[in-house]
Amino acid sequence: MASTMIRTSGLTRHFTVKKRTVEAVRGLDLNVEEGELVALLGPNGAGKSTTLRMLTTLLRPTSGTAEVAGRDVTRDPRGVRSRIGYIGQGNGAGHSQRARDELLSQGRAYGMTVAAARARADELVDSLDLGAVADRVVSSLSGGQRRRLDIAMGLIHAPELLFLDEPSTGLDPQNRANLAEHVRRLRAEHGTTMVLTTHYLEEADQLAERVVVIDHGRVIADDTPARLKAAHAGDRIDLEFDHEHDAERAEARALGIAEGAETKRTGTRLEIRIDGGAQLTPKLLRGFDEAHIPVASVEVARPTLDDVFLNLTGRSLREEITGADSRERAA
Amino acid sequence: MTTFATDTATVFSRELRPVLRDPFSVIFSMLQPLLFLALFAPLLPDTGDGSALQWFVPGIVVMSCLFGTSATGANLLFEIQTGSHERMLVSPLSRPALIVGRALKEIVPMFAQAVIIVLVTIPFGFELHVGGALVALVILALFCVGLGSLSYTLALAARNKEWTFWAVQQTLLFPLLLLAGILLPIDNAPEWLRVASHLNPLTYVVDAERALFNGELVSATVGYGLLAAAVVGVLGLWIGTKVMRRASA
Ligand SMILES: Nc1ncnc2c1ncn2[C@@H]1O[C@H](COP(=O)(O)OP(=O)(O)OP(=O)(O)O)[C@@H](O)[C@H]1O
Ligand SMILES: [Mg+2]
Repeated sequence: MASTMIRTSGLTRHFTVKKRTVEAVRGLDLNVEEGELVALLGPNGAGKSTTLRMLTTLLRPTSGTAEVAGRDVTRDPRGVRSRIGYIGQGNGAGHSQRARDELLSQGRAYGMTVAAARARADELVDSLDLGAVADRVVSSLSGGQRRRLDIAMGLIHAPELLFLDEPSTGLDPQNRANLAEHVRRLRAEHGTTMVLTTHYLEEADQLAERVVVIDHGRVIADDTPARLKAAHAGDRIDLEFDHEHDAERAEARALGIAEGAETKRTGTRLEIRIDGGAQLTPKLLRGFDEAHIPVASVEVARPTLDDVFLNLTGRSLREEITGADSRERAA
Repeated sequence: MTTFATDTATVFSRELRPVLRDPFSVIFSMLQPLLFLALFAPLLPDTGDGSALQWFVPGIVVMSCLFGTSATGANLLFEIQTGSHERMLVSPLSRPALIVGRALKEIVPMFAQAVIIVLVTIPFGFELHVGGALVALVILALFCVGLGSLSYTLALAARNKEWTFWAVQQTLLFPLLLLAGILLPIDNAPEWLRVASHLNPLTYVVDAERALFNGELVSATVGYGLLAAAVVGVLGLWIGTKVMRRASA
């Protein structure tokens, strides 16, 4: 029987910065069952890291409670710590240490014997392709290599519950795919429960079975990627016509064929939003044909989580992220 | 299951490993005291019996420990900034072990540096009393652990403001050093300076080191030095443990 791995109730965290209160997380209620793979998705400053830091005992909640792996984070932090793994946003491995040394001392920190830690380190060095750099000083590793080392360190004691704060930041596409593969394998082979934060929409979409969308410290949606998209954003059918009046007639016709469709017309272009758009398109095209409306081109786009976010907040997650990134670069 | 002792050993050996992997770092961090030794030793009054060196060398041993150990918090500061301290805070390592293990490691470079200083000065006439020197290093170890712990405490308090750490460290280091009479004797100093010197625990440690390095094993000076070092050691660890617990709550 699956048990609950994470249970929070009204979890809240405030920060006081220069006499102003920042409400980083506001009354979070979240349940995660054993074996789930959950992605916390949200723009910069949404409260993802703060949530993770409370669940991993790094931060005390301002109010509310959280039970992680069956232990209360404030009453039994050590009990929580020994049952979870954490891969933070920074570098877990010390820069002046050698990679393999850090893996060993991490194993010791979790109470593994030297022999067990050594064997496990070898295993992880192999599977995360760190062989060439394992005996080098961490500061000499590339960003991606360091990230892989951090991941190896988080996995050393094979925790039943693993938290990952933006695990794929700084990884190239190949290593990102490699990480995804690792995460899937952990699920499949060990049934590890995982909670990760990301602002890569594709990552949340492909990897997680459950996406919790966070904005301004609150959960604004929580479901499977497929259901989120179905509920909050339909497929988009983009049609192009030769003449504006064709587009006009097509719009009227489309509303007759596809019930509940949302349409938007700009000049010779017609955009139709509807669930099951891919299945509906042939029917639409036949309808246009019968009415002698010539179609110049057609394109069907599946909704993305960005569409979901846009629909929920009126803002695009993509813009928020690139906007924040360029701000950081400018600073 | 881990205990405080195994956790301390884990943290201790993790801290020590880069030092062992790269022993030159120990010598590098003692360049300043060695420079003082090279520049000041020729200036010492030549008493013919080498007593000037007997007076000066124990001070340099203390100074070397002081420089290295007071700056050691910078390592923690760096790990706070890069994220590896956070990673250790999420592990079940006991909070006191996180600071005690680090502070205990300070003994090793201190010991290595003392040996180097003694070996370098013997050819110039420094006379070594092995028994006394060993007791001297035990006392210095107590002091070192306390000072190291305070340096780490400062790092925890300064957190993201690196300059605060260095400002405080530098501001405290030189007055402590001078008031303890490490470079110049303060016997003939004005009254207020001597009072200040008596309030400096390091003064008692330095006096004891001088007595012990000269083979004087049992005396009030040695007793006071031991007491001062023990007080710094215990107080340093106590404060450090407290702050580490609070910082990770
Ligand atoms: N230690 C802190 N002191 C003050 N404010 C903080 C602190 N940590 C986080 N905050 C604030 O809390 C809010 C949430 O931050 P958090 O780091 O949880 O966001 P995030 O969702 O992880 O963002 P990102 O995608 O940029 O990592 C932000 O407004 C942030 O500035
Ligand atoms: Mg974050």
